Amino acid sequence: MRGLSFDIAHMLAGSLVLVSFMQLYQDRLYSLLNIYALHALVLAASVAWQAFVQDAPHLYLTAVIALVFKAIVIPTALHRIIVRLGIHREIETVVGVGPAMLLGMGLVALSMVVMLRVTAEADPLAREDLAFALSVVLLGLLMMVTRRNAVSQVVGFMSLENGLVLAATGAKGMPLVVEISVAFSVLIAFIVIGIFLFRIRERFDTVDVQALDRFRGERR
Amino acid sequence: MIIDALAGVLLIPALAAALFAALPGYRVTARLNVLAALLTFLTATSLFFVEPKSGPYLLVDDLNKVFIVLTTFVGFTTSVFSASYIGHEIEIGRLTPVFVRFYHSMYQVLMLAMNLALVANNIGLMWVAIELATLTTVLMVGIYRTHEALEAAWKYFILGSVGIALALFGTILVYLAARPVIGEGLYAMVWTVLVTRAAQFDPALLNVAFVFLLLGYGTKVGLAPLHAWLPDAHAEGPTPISAVLSGLLLNVALYALLRFKMLLALNPVAIAPGPLMVTMGLISCVFAAFMLYRRRDIKRMFAYSSIEHMGIIVFAFGMGGPLANFAGLLHMTMHSLTKSAIFYAVGHISQVKGTQKIADMGGLTVTNPVLGWSLVLGVVAIAGLPPLGIFMSEFLVVSSTFAREPGLAIILALGVLVGVGGLFMRLNTIAFGEPRGPTARAKASYIPMFAHFAIVFVAGIYMPPALVTGFQNVARLLG
Repeated sequence: MRGLSFDIAHMLAGSLVLVSFMQLYQDRLYSLLNIYALHALVLAASVAWQAFVQDAPHLYLTAVIALVFKAIVIPTALHRIIVRLGIHREIETVVGVGPAMLLGMGLVALSMVVMLRVTAEADPLAREDLAFALSVVLLGLLMMVTRRNAVSQVVGFMSLENGLVLAATGAKGMPLVVEISVAFSVLIAFIVIGIFLFRIRERFDTVDVQALDRFRGERR
Repeated sequence: MIIDALAGVLLIPALAAALFAALPGYRVTARLNVLAALLTFLTATSLFFVEPKSGPYLLVDDLNKVFIVLTTFVGFTTSVFSASYIGHEIEIGRLTPVFVRFYHSMYQVLMLAMNLALVANNIGLMWVAIELATLTTVLMVGIYRTHEALEAAWKYFILGSVGIALALFGTILVYLAARPVIGEGLYAMVWTVLVTRAAQFDPALLNVAFVFLLLGYGTKVGLAPLHAWLPDAHAEGPTPISAVLSGLLLNVALYALLRFKMLLALNPVAIAPGPLMVTMGLISCVFAAFMLYRRRDIKRMFAYSSIEHMGIIVFAFGMGGPLANFAGLLHMTMHSLTKSAIFYAVGHISQVKGTQKIADMGGLTVTNPVLGWSLVLGVVAIAGLPPLGIFMSEFLVVSSTFAREPGLAIILALGVLVGVGGLFMRLNTIAFGEPRGPTARAKASYIPMFAHFAIVFVAGIYMPPALVTGFQNVARLLG
């Protein structure tokens, strides 16, 4: 049983890294949001599995937050925002898809090398989880760096944050995990609702979309 | 007693924040804001006389007492300045009453978050508090809702959240390092417990954790390669917030860093955190000093000066040892007081001139003598000329380094001198020469500014022995 539970946790954490890679090459905001919803779904499954394996019922709460808030509410809200702003077209990428994927692989390799070497004495589950979590964090960072659009930056930040939740739940018996995941959710809600609807909207109307259009006009 | 001073420094701002959100009318709220900040400061001072018991969540020791009293004091004087500043902003219609209500409420939430970060005995709680502080300042920076303000708030938000995300990863790693020794659960995140057992932690994990924490909290301190948010956030937000950001929030992030440094120093096998901090501090100091020359916006210029001084402070703490720590602590205190006083002056000056552009200001000592000469005094103080407080602390930092690492001391001194040149070049344009721009009289409250200058001036000449022994104690604690 020990072996099977380990394999499932391993598979879920690994899928999270995989979905992070899928986010990197999405060039439409719609599909990016869908992939993000999938990311949150995999996270919810992973956290729920950890809750079951560690026999830590409070982690189910974190899983439910991930499922309801991150996989359903936030993507839906962002969908509506981008439709209203009329920016559901291509994403402007600073680095092309090819180099971004190569960079991503480099980052995953880096996090494997660092974390596996450092945590040689920790238990294998926490060890692998941590290496995967760091990969997800770094891939999220990479996405924030390679995208110019505010919505995709937020998606990058949210997937980075998913990596942190994975790390926190993987650290067996860590206190305050639920509180931290709630704090993060509040942070994201603040951006999406507060800054987006009231503030960044002005920024989009006046700067970004125009700049984007002008940029395209030059390219074509 | 059920509610002790420790709970007081948290409860007063929390209650005030809730009250201000409900109260209409900015005049009353502005006064109540001053009152709440004063009460918090008095409560914080009482920590010196009656020390409350520390629990698994909250803690008071010699180190954080200094930070709490400094934070609440500058928080109080800034609230006095803010009252007159906000009055003017309402008059010219730059802020509407609804936003002012929001502003006052957020001001107290920020105070709550900073105090919580300082008294937290739990590394997770401390992280949550610093996140809350980031969030409130993001909202305050964007409050004018101009293009530049939104741009600055967004930049701050993105960089700040990446910073706190990295810091959380570091925090999780510290927990993982502590877990095998202390056991699962709450106590593996409690400072007072961590410190007693740090020698047995896995050093490799601690090393990686510290790198993440240094990058994460270092972003909030404004250390050089990670400082990009700081000048924008200072320049575009309301000036009281620039004062609080420079004078206090940077210190709070630094405090978090110092705590983790103490933890690492207790583990004999882990890397020494000092050299990393020395390097980042030195880079920040020299880089910011050169950046001072090309500034056209007065608040942006002093923001770069803050980066320079945070660099010096981090450098001093990185060097370590009783003398350098003492110098770092003194420099931090003096910088907080001087820089916030400068921002008070700058706030009124930019209100008189209706702009923050240095090119549109001139001859201030002739047209507005009080403000003009205050700015001159402030720049003289921040540049580190004798006999003011910053001279004392900078001299101590450089001389204590000179005895150990002459090469580093020379680079540091060079950075400081370059910075002085940049500051005086701009000061010459602003304060002297042909008067430019509007010359209306300022309706200003000078008391907070003068109070800060008086303390800085006295500290440069005479420091009370009680204060010296207090700082020496803390310096020894820091190792």
